[in-house]
Amino acid sequence: MFNNSTHNQIDRRLNVLLLILASATALLLALIILFLLNESWPFFANRWRDGSWLQLFYGQSWYPLEGQFGMAPMILSSLAVTVGAVVLALPLGLGSAIFLQFYAPPRWAQSFRLLLNVLAGIPSVVFGLWGLTRLVPLITSWQPPGASLLAAILVLTLMILPTIALTSASALTSVPRELLAGSMALGLRRNTQILHIILPAASAGISSGVLLATARALGETLAVLMVAGNVVQNPSGLFEPVRVLTANIALEMAYAMGDHRASLFASGLLLTVLVWLLSWFAHRVSKGAKQYG
Amino acid sequence: MLNLGVALADNKHLTLTGSSTVAPLAMEIAKRYESQHPGVRIDVQMGGSSRGINDTRMGLAGIGMVSRALKPTEQDLTSFLIAMDGIGIILHKSNVVSALSDAQIIDIYTGKINNWQQLGAADLAITVVNKAEGRSTLELFLQYFTLKNSQIKAQVVIGENQQGIKTVAGNPGAIGYVSIGTAEYEQALGTPIKLLPMAGHAATVESVAKGDYPLSRQLNLVVSTEPVGLLKNFITFAQSTAVKDLIAAQFFVAPVNDGIKSNAIGE
Repeated sequence: MFNNSTHNQIDRRLNVLLLILASATALLLALIILFLLNESWPFFANRWRDGSWLQLFYGQSWYPLEGQFGMAPMILSSLAVTVGAVVLALPLGLGSAIFLQFYAPPRWAQSFRLLLNVLAGIPSVVFGLWGLTRLVPLITSWQPPGASLLAAILVLTLMILPTIALTSASALTSVPRELLAGSMALGLRRNTQILHIILPAASAGISSGVLLATARALGETLAVLMVAGNVVQNPSGLFEPVRVLTANIALEMAYAMGDHRASLFASGLLLTVLVWLLSWFAHRVSKGAKQYG
Repeated sequence: MLNLGVALADNKHLTLTGSSTVAPLAMEIAKRYESQHPGVRIDVQMGGSSRGINDTRMGLAGIGMVSRALKPTEQDLTSFLIAMDGIGIILHKSNVVSALSDAQIIDIYTGKINNWQQLGAADLAITVVNKAEGRSTLELFLQYFTLKNSQIKAQVVIGENQQGIKTVAGNPGAIGYVSIGTAEYEQALGTPIKLLPMAGHAATVESVAKGDYPLSRQLNLVVSTEPVGLLKNFITFAQSTAVKDLIAAQFFVAPVNDGIKSNAIGE
């Protein structure tokens, strides 16, 4: 068997290996950011020179070929689509997780879990195609043009629902058994146990699952591009078409040149910053939740 | 970049740059040419028609890809037509409108007409489907109707032709414009869309091939010198019947010989 010194040696080797791997990951991330900065730099430099760079954030018109680069409507649309999808998917996903963990008969739970796994694995283009050929015509018959904020929110809800359900379920599973045993010993009702003991204890895990889902919703491209209508305008109603930042890149990158191309990298950079802000915010929230629990 | 220098120097390497409309077709043709001529390497790079013109003039590329006819200022180059691309206006099949004048199309796209009732059809809001900025189809459309993209009031903005067709097929009030080849193909499959004639000319592949159809353009290969060797062989190959199926697969139209002024080797 191992003596103490071999243990230490193995630990040290593992330590070095993991350090190298972690540094490689950090380096990759840094390279991606550098690449985005490098590609969008000429665009920012040009806007800086003619004093119009703030127009990125409040300009309403996006006509790159006519020199107008207002990204505000797309930033707002990205946020609206994401918030809408999370608001719909959170209760559905959390409800599914609680059902799965505490109420479903074992056989049901097994097949329901399988269903969620399958749903999580469906490629986004399939959701997009379904949205474009089924959901959008359905909304059209009710309120044209059909391709709209609502369609994007519904498709995204379907896509992030399994993420929220599965991560919440595993967060619920990892709640210490003593807590549950203690609450049972106190003779609390099932719903009191769940609402006041289990959920607060699992809140950090649940909120990190929601963060993952939110980042996916914000970064999702193809499905949203296919159903959102892609008109650059502020999200003013559920039935109005909107264009999100990711769809903008996908729509125009193949044909963009010069400043137009650099502006798309700039919007990619903006998206990265948005995701950063979001994870920072979520980190703060889950930290607060832990202290409370 | 390094291999560009040798692009013109030998008979084993050839570089094409230019139009992103032509590039996918040129890549397919190049792949087939390479498989029939082992040892030959053909490099296809995008960058727009103007890059094709510039690179050919500077000698950076053996052949430029240009998705339009050459301008009067570009007569130092010689163009070889390999295919035609046409754009057709499509409506939902259930729409009773069977023709629109250019002026009516402009009014629809600028939002002056926003209900089919104003055109003698059912009371239904018009859904204007436009292309994303930077797409060559959009440029051609704007150029033909002398519009600026900021004048267009669109309800849906699309990328690929297929997305446009699915959008119109799912919306009885929609109007859009797509590649004619793609639209005919989808119509044959039973997709509920219809193509409108443009300025009195039917929107069909034949009409585009003959050069009658107004909203169409040439897809050209351009060179700066009399083509010889690999250059000549490749252009001959690209204009031959051996690549007709590739042209059709890209929803372009193989040109018919009469009526279009562009060059062909050996004529």
